Amino acid sequence: MIWVLVAIVIWALGWWINIRLSNSARSDETLMRVAIPVIFGLTVVIVWEMLVHGFDVNPVILPAPSSIIERLGAEGPRLWADFKQTILKGAVSGYVIGGGAALAVAVLADRSDFLTRGILPVGSFMAALPIVGTAPIFVKWLGSDWESKAAVVAVMVFFPILVNTVAGLRDTSSMQRDLMRTYGAGYWPTLFKLRLPAAMPFMFNGLKIATTLALIGAIVAEFFGSPTVGMGFRISTSFGQLALDMVWAEIVVAAIAGSAFYGAMTLIEKRVTFWHPSQR
Amino acid sequence: MRSVLPVLSVVAAILGFWLLCVVPMNMHLVADQAQRDGLLVTPDTPVARQDVGGVALALKNTHLIPLTYEFKRPRLPSPQQVGREMYATIIDKKITSKRSLVYHGWVTLAPTLLGFLIGTSLGILLAVGIVYSRVMDRSVMPWAIVSQTIPILALAPMIIVVLGSMGIQGLFPKSIIAAYLSFFPVVVGMVKGLRSPDGMQLDLLRTYNASKAQGFWSLRLPASAPYLFASLKIGISASLVGTIVAELPTGARAGFGARMLVGDQYGQPLVSWAALFAAALTAAALVGIFSLIERVTLKRMGMAAA
Repeated sequence: MIWVLVAIVIWALGWWINIRLSNSARSDETLMRVAIPVIFGLTVVIVWEMLVHGFDVNPVILPAPSSIIERLGAEGPRLWADFKQTILKGAVSGYVIGGGAALAVAVLADRSDFLTRGILPVGSFMAALPIVGTAPIFVKWLGSDWESKAAVVAVMVFFPILVNTVAGLRDTSSMQRDLMRTYGAGYWPTLFKLRLPAAMPFMFNGLKIATTLALIGAIVAEFFGSPTVGMGFRISTSFGQLALDMVWAEIVVAAIAGSAFYGAMTLIEKRVTFWHPSQR
Repeated sequence: MRSVLPVLSVVAAILGFWLLCVVPMNMHLVADQAQRDGLLVTPDTPVARQDVGGVALALKNTHLIPLTYEFKRPRLPSPQQVGREMYATIIDKKITSKRSLVYHGWVTLAPTLLGFLIGTSLGILLAVGIVYSRVMDRSVMPWAIVSQTIPILALAPMIIVVLGSMGIQGLFPKSIIAAYLSFFPVVVGMVKGLRSPDGMQLDLLRTYNASKAQGFWSLRLPASAPYLFASLKIGISASLVGTIVAELPTGARAGFGARMLVGDQYGQPLVSWAALFAAALTAAALVGIFSLIERVTLKRMGMAAA
């Protein structure tokens, strides 16, 4: 019972600090903008730890944060091997293949208004094909190693990137296009100097959505067959052994990888589309 | 309406490509079967055929090509096979039958809609909290954004099993996954929407001496409608995918996800493919319904459709 009381006190304390911080005069400084969510996150983790002890929660249902951290430290090499197999081999290569193909198709389709109007709705429909159905098909075709995961990821990321890029390539005003024409610029200079740069904010929107999809695809596809390494494989086998702390350790790795992947894309976007109003 | 023809031609191109792929993908299996049936096949041993590619094998055995389109357990079923299977399981079967896709569709749709309702309502409430409370904005909003980059969907099957072991079964666990997935798009969209009135509009309300509640009901909430609909469309398809993934663990005996798994495990690719397309059609229909509501609502509110 004492744990629960401590948890309530800590929750109140964390919330009180945050109220003070966010209503203080300095709340718009960068330091505060980082500190407040961090304090909130820490409070949640501590309260979680307390409640797990306080209510004596079975570790098979919800492990304590401390045991997850312990696992993260103890299983470092194995987590790294899973990370390499799933993220670096499966997700990233699929992301590059799917993104490259989407970009090429978008530029091709953009040459004809007819194709563009056809591809956008069909692309949205294909994006709705649930991964659960496509993953076993690809595993059957390409074997259980990372190639099938890369294929699943490529198919998943293809349509969001395609739809966004096609929409972006159309996002030039007739004034801008006319200006290019008065310069005597042909199709290719117009594409590279005006329309591709103008499409960048849209494209990065698609690329950012696709980062999460890529991770989900690579992990879920491993549920349908994989070598004895990989995050999806580890999640399902650890779950079978009721080692939930290991499952959560993989989740932490996946969360960090997902945020880093997304963050990397945001950074590149900032560098590339520095001229866009949303970045200034 | 003017995009009907382009859409049809893109679909036709995809179907054409699919039809072309069916031959090389199934050729080896068909050739093995044809030999067992006593038909003439060149080269005449399975081992020798392994060294020949699918296209080359098809060119050597042109008389077998029609068979690839009607093979019973194909690696890649032909479009007409999938179409027939869908027709048979959606229209011909009684809805009460265990093999009817309508029945399985409802099993998936019910938790999706329940979860979507829960997720959307909670999302709107949290968004209102974030807009009106500085503390919540500063401490919760960054996490709401970060959580969208976490591949939580990959955990859906585990969450179902854990909830099952706690005695929570049936509709509800799947709804939780669906609710979770529709929750954050709605939060992020609604926060943007509730903040979309500009200073001029807010000032106008202040000159009217409007209370906070009046400002909410007559300015902020209506202004957020376009953003809400955009989020709802993302949320409903995310919910559907979430429910399907949640059906993966062995416990699920019905639903689109279960059908896909059954088709995969018992070597009935047609069942998987039909379920796959039925699921995509359902998602498209749900998004279509919301687009329709969006257009009608925004028109009546005097806003141009986004």
